[in-house]
Amino acid sequence: MVLQLFEGEKIRFAPFDPERDAEPFSRWTHDPESLRLIEIEPARPLSPFQIKKRFEEMEKEMGRDLYYFVIRAKENDRAIGFAYIRWIEWNHGNAFFNLAIGSPDDRRKGLGNEALQMLLRYAFEELNLYRMSTFTMEYNIGAQRFLEKHGFQQEVCAREAIYRDGKYWDTLSYGLLAEEWAAGQGKP
Amino acid sequence: MSETIFTGKLTRLVGIEPEKAGERMAQWSRDSEYVQLYNSSQAAPRYAKQIQDRLRNELDKARPGDFYFLVQPLDDERVIGEVGLWSALTPHRNAWLAVAIGERELWGKGYGSDAVRITLRYGFQELNLHRINLNVFGYNTRAIRAYEKLGFAHEGAIRGALKRYGRRWDILFMGILREEWERAQVAGSK
Repeated sequence: MVLQLFEGEKIRFAPFDPERDAEPFSRWTHDPESLRLIEIEPARPLSPFQIKKRFEEMEKEMGRDLYYFVIRAKENDRAIGFAYIRWIEWNHGNAFFNLAIGSPDDRRKGLGNEALQMLLRYAFEELNLYRMSTFTMEYNIGAQRFLEKHGFQQEVCAREAIYRDGKYWDTLSYGLLAEEWAAGQGKP
Repeated sequence: MSETIFTGKLTRLVGIEPEKAGERMAQWSRDSEYVQLYNSSQAAPRYAKQIQDRLRNELDKARPGDFYFLVQPLDDERVIGEVGLWSALTPHRNAWLAVAIGERELWGKGYGSDAVRITLRYGFQELNLHRINLNVFGYNTRAIRAYEKLGFAHEGAIRGALKRYGRRWDILFMGILREEWERAQVAGSK
């Protein structure tokens, strides 16, 4: 049986490579519009040096309750985004994930779809988790459609939990159970 | 001491004294029912020194947005529980609340609710928050009832996020907005 967890059709999952990846990761943090789609924390531009430091810190958590992948385009091996599973509660099989395609130029090409499929397979077939959780903001309609397309259910609506551009917005939590994921396999 | 923003009708909030608090909290950690009511990590009995070290470490590394207090009854010096607001200083003015009363003979007598009332007032009037939210486990019906009475609204459930007592349980998500809290204060003072 061949189980290929890290090689997709157009993308692959790879470890963070400080020499090559610090520069594109730094560039993404200089794009506040993209940051607002994924981050609750205030936007902060980070230098490649600061990015490297962050990854050194994260290295200590890796493999315990953090599994972090750089998403690379197979055609040129360039870093185009990241996907990670974090805050794993092994006793309950529950974990949180986040995933993003860094540059707007690389979006709307199906790369995020493939990355989420790979991440879910990793979560349910390698880590044997029971469920995966994530959240997005009320104004990020794209993320809501994306999660729903992959079978996620909206579970929580935290009213007015985030303040941006002069108004309060809800944050929406989503969840997918292993059995729901398994039932959806084989269908597009 | 007379009434302050740290005192309620039954309890008051005090600072962390690791030596004294650690002794009581070590006792509570041996009560697995208590631990499972508020902690999703696996229960484990602790020595006082382990907890004292953890408290000292937390005090050293506390982030500016974390406000963690111990609960004492108004009429004596015992530590009976803990309460706090976490991640309270952000541009979104939202915070996480958690509370636990460790002394089980005081369960169901309003001490936890009183401590939460003080903490809500602290969050909305001292920290000027817009919203406060919390998680509560699906089997903790006493706490769910208490939070409803305190004005928290149900905002959803993380399905099956806990596996305990041989089955899956939801983690419920509840929140209260500043304007809801303010309305309740006006109604309560009439």
